[in-house]
Amino acid sequence: MSFFEKVGLGRSRSAKSAKERLQLVLVHDRAGISPGKLEALKDDLIDVISRHLDVDTENVEITLTRDRDQQRLVADIPLVPARLRRRAAR
Amino acid sequence: MTAKIVTITSGKGGVGKTTATANLGAALASHGLRVVCIDADIGLRNLDVVMGLENRIVYDFVDVVEGRCKLRQAMIRDKRIENLFLIPAAQTRDKSAVSPQDMVRLGEELRPEFDWVLIDSPAGIERGFRNAIAPADLVLIVTNPEVSAVRDADRIIGLIEAEQKGPGRLILNRVKPEMVRRGDMLGTEDILDVLAIELIGIVPEDERVTVATNQGVPIALDTGSKAGQAFQNIARRLLGEEVPFESIESRDGFFGRISRLMRAGGEG
Repeated sequence: MSFFEKVGLGRSRSAKSAKERLQLVLVHDRAGISPGKLEALKDDLIDVISRHLDVDTENVEITLTRDRDQQRLVADIPLVPARLRRRAAR
Repeated sequence: MTAKIVTITSGKGGVGKTTATANLGAALASHGLRVVCIDADIGLRNLDVVMGLENRIVYDFVDVVEGRCKLRQAMIRDKRIENLFLIPAAQTRDKSAVSPQDMVRLGEELRPEFDWVLIDSPAGIERGFRNAIAPADLVLIVTNPEVSAVRDADRIIGLIEAEQKGPGRLILNRVKPEMVRRGDMLGTEDILDVLAIELIGIVPEDERVTVATNQGVPIALDTGSKAGQAFQNIARRLLGEEVPFESIESRDGFFGRISRLMRAGGEG
């Protein structure tokens, strides 16, 4: 900790949290989808994919990312391991 | 003469569009160029008071569009700079009195008479904003280092690109260097990183802007002031000059140096 942080100056660093919050909100603004709607999309995706595969629904992650000018919807959908599936079927 | 038409916009209100328009107008005109500033904020006229010309208004912009007067009759000559003009907004009408086509026609009528046409856009993303950017060759986006203003700037940048008026350039207004230094205000780099847009100027917070506005005098003519200097630099960049960006938030001030020394000592 620096001297100034010790004496209470420069302690909050609120700009960092401003930037992080902005980046998150802009990802949703730019894609035109609110965090709540993204959650609904995630549920729909799980429904569809579950018709064909055993999805580990607890660990599905749907995120919006962005590079400089490209936006991306990234879905990480883990499947239930085959050995667990066999066990469950028995 | 073939004027370049520049629209100054922001999305969020109160970030300094009108101040920027008045001062860029004065700064460009101080180079001897013929400049006209148009207040496109119909119903909320303000550029006239910022420029100190509120007592001279006879006709306004809607009068021109609706044919009640000639364009020349609505142009008010500045008190100090004889090659600077204002076309005021109507105060008793609303934005629907003018269409984007009207704006394009007005721009084309002004182009041969001037070197620069600056349009002060209203806040928001509706009709008034669309009117203001319709004739633009270049759009300048003004923002403050605050999350709400930056978020709205991002939205506006997207709309400007969708209207094929991009890429705009950013004016970062009302920066408090001391707060940036201690990590309590978004800095230039943070904002450019988030918005992915090219910068055209950084204007520091300066009490003299309030004083100048109170008096209806452009701060750009007070080159002893930091904000005035910043507006002059933006004008020079518009004119194609390579002016290095002011490092108003660098950590190399006295305080920053002491802070770093202390930190080094603390860790050693």
